[in-house]
Amino acid sequence: MDLDPSEEQRLLIDAFGALYAKQSPPERVRAAEPSGHDPDLWVRLCENGALEMAVDEVSGGWGASLLDLALVAEQHGRFLGSAPLLEAQVAARLLARVDSPAATAALTAALSGEQLTTLALHPPRAGVLTMTPSGAVADRVVFLDQGQLWWTAAGEARTAVANLGCLPVGDVPIGNTPVLLADGPEVNDLFERARDEWLVLMANALAGMGARALEIGVAYVKERHAFGVPIGSFQAVAHGLADAATSVDGGGLLAREAAWAAAEEPDRAPELAALACAFNAEAAREASYRSLHYHGGYGFMLEYDIQLYFRRAKAWPAQFAEPAALYARAEGHRLSARHGGR
Amino acid sequence: MTVDFRLGERSEVFRQEARDFLDEVLTDEVREEMERTGVHHSWHFHRNLVERGWLAPGWPEELGGQGRDPLEMLAFMEEFHRAGAPTYAVGTTLMVAGIIRHIGTEEQKQLVIPPALRGEIIIVLGFTEPESGSDVAAAQTRAVRDGDEWVINGQKMFTTNAQEADYVFMLTRTDPGVAKHKGLTTFLVPLRQPGVEIQPVRTLSGERTNLTFYSDVRVDDSLRIGEVDGGWDVMGVGLTLERAGDHGGELIRLLEAMEEWATTTVDDGGGHPADDPAVRSRLGRAAAENEVTTLLCRRSAWISASGGMPGVEGSMSKLFASEALTRRSADFVDLLGPDGIRSQGDPTAPAGGAADYDFRFALGTTTYGGTSEVQRNIIAQRGLGLPRAR
Repeated sequence: MDLDPSEEQRLLIDAFGALYAKQSPPERVRAAEPSGHDPDLWVRLCENGALEMAVDEVSGGWGASLLDLALVAEQHGRFLGSAPLLEAQVAARLLARVDSPAATAALTAALSGEQLTTLALHPPRAGVLTMTPSGAVADRVVFLDQGQLWWTAAGEARTAVANLGCLPVGDVPIGNTPVLLADGPEVNDLFERARDEWLVLMANALAGMGARALEIGVAYVKERHAFGVPIGSFQAVAHGLADAATSVDGGGLLAREAAWAAAEEPDRAPELAALACAFNAEAAREASYRSLHYHGGYGFMLEYDIQLYFRRAKAWPAQFAEPAALYARAEGHRLSARHGGR
Repeated sequence: MTVDFRLGERSEVFRQEARDFLDEVLTDEVREEMERTGVHHSWHFHRNLVERGWLAPGWPEELGGQGRDPLEMLAFMEEFHRAGAPTYAVGTTLMVAGIIRHIGTEEQKQLVIPPALRGEIIIVLGFTEPESGSDVAAAQTRAVRDGDEWVINGQKMFTTNAQEADYVFMLTRTDPGVAKHKGLTTFLVPLRQPGVEIQPVRTLSGERTNLTFYSDVRVDDSLRIGEVDGGWDVMGVGLTLERAGDHGGELIRLLEAMEEWATTTVDDGGGHPADDPAVRSRLGRAAAENEVTTLLCRRSAWISASGGMPGVEGSMSKLFASEALTRRSADFVDLLGPDGIRSQGDPTAPAGGAADYDFRFALGTTTYGGTSEVQRNIIAQRGLGLPRAR
């Protein structure tokens, strides 16, 4: 057992941590609102290999593991990155797994930076891919419809959706010219695997987000005085933060385990992906809520950074589903494994 | 080295051996007896453990252990907790034996360690009193010197297994005139002597514990552990020896009982409760909290295995494990509907009465070994660096 990242992974964390610290400080996060897209940040991330690393060497990438990507996602969440990182990585990995000329061409276009390609997490409703992550800024959307995998141009008909988290989500009509990527019995599994990967990366982003939200709250209650003492000396405040710290620590371990399991314990990977995203959604919500509340009236002001975390902790994972639905998804995997004689 | 959540090959082999042992030795008769008497100690089980050499596998071989590392011990303990094996008396005995091993005299080591590791004696804890629980240092039980002996008068609360035990490891007040932490002394007090009265106390989950009274009880000075008035330091040694990651196990047993219920119960429409996503959601939430409990406990054991001291991390394991069990057992009683209140032991109880039992049992876990409030103070002050709480 070892919970410390390897030397190489440490370097990866440090490199992306430094990049985000410079390119995604709170001022830049605010400046990117309400669209939620910071083109400069995205360019820097791509220059540093954030997209290429997601794909294996034969497909033109670096062959990073899901755990490597999770470590970057943790920094992404910590700094509230205004960039389509998670869905672009997951879409590229999915394209790389599909064996068709259309998929190969789509992957080449995505990796070159020519076509920013995202993934719709849900099937279309009445011809529209609603609440597509980064759908408001992507050039192309990969989606599943009735067992067939397609991409479509996001195009001009799409609508950017004003939303709680200032996310670049979009409602994207499929239009008349989608391109078929794959059609066959394996397509559903490939798509579910991609969704699980998005859940794992989101879980890790939320773990970073929750940890940072907690730090902000802890720093504030040490400074702020009321009744002649720092408010962090009141148990009513300290205990709320202690609970949040426990959830955030536990969530961080679960998120990392889920990323590790993708390669090392594939039988449990789908279960852990959903559990990790649901638990970290709630942990980040708890940490950001308590931190905001202990700011008193200041927490309610847009000027304080904690509200940036509070809104995103709820909005980011909601793009997939509420925690209760994710718990049900995880339990479904558990029960089928049980019937499989585990 | 790289991230690896497995406990390792040796640990997994040891885990499987522990499972096989438990399947064989933890029979229905042993369980029924524990349930009937409320005593979570079985001499039959205890002697089997000794025979197998597993009373203290984590201890060095020359002292009667097997020299197992903390991760092997974690795998071993995970199985024992998951099976609901009676380990409480083993735990208290080894904790005290551990203290004596570290700071006891040669004579004390000879007296206690060999018989303890041979499973011949049991030692229980005497810290808590009717007037002091979390504030352990407020103990009022008096010890007064009389030549080579000390005379003890007072009461101890929750002296679990005292009726089976040979000694109580007792925190006493030897100097009432100084600050409370400075006037304490610890003794190994023989329990089978005049002046000791053991009064059974029944608890919410049916477990038996005791209130113990001490009237002019005599203990030789050779059974004083540590310095006179140095009892608080001795307690500190005990704290560092407390097994990390010892708080999981119960929730996974409950979850598996509920999953069995959800997949085998046939409802009016011919389906199973698990067909309903709302039911799966509640089971899944317990699965998440169980996984987090396991991971927090494993982190603590890993820190120990790497030579560190899991202080704050240990508090997080304990806090999360006990609060998660409290939340989930309450929710599972609800999930079972009116049948949820059928008690364990009643043949009609769904899921073997596990939800009803844990609904009761969980409340004990949020208190013993340091209440949730004490754990939150530790996390806030030592982990987050917040000022001392008010």
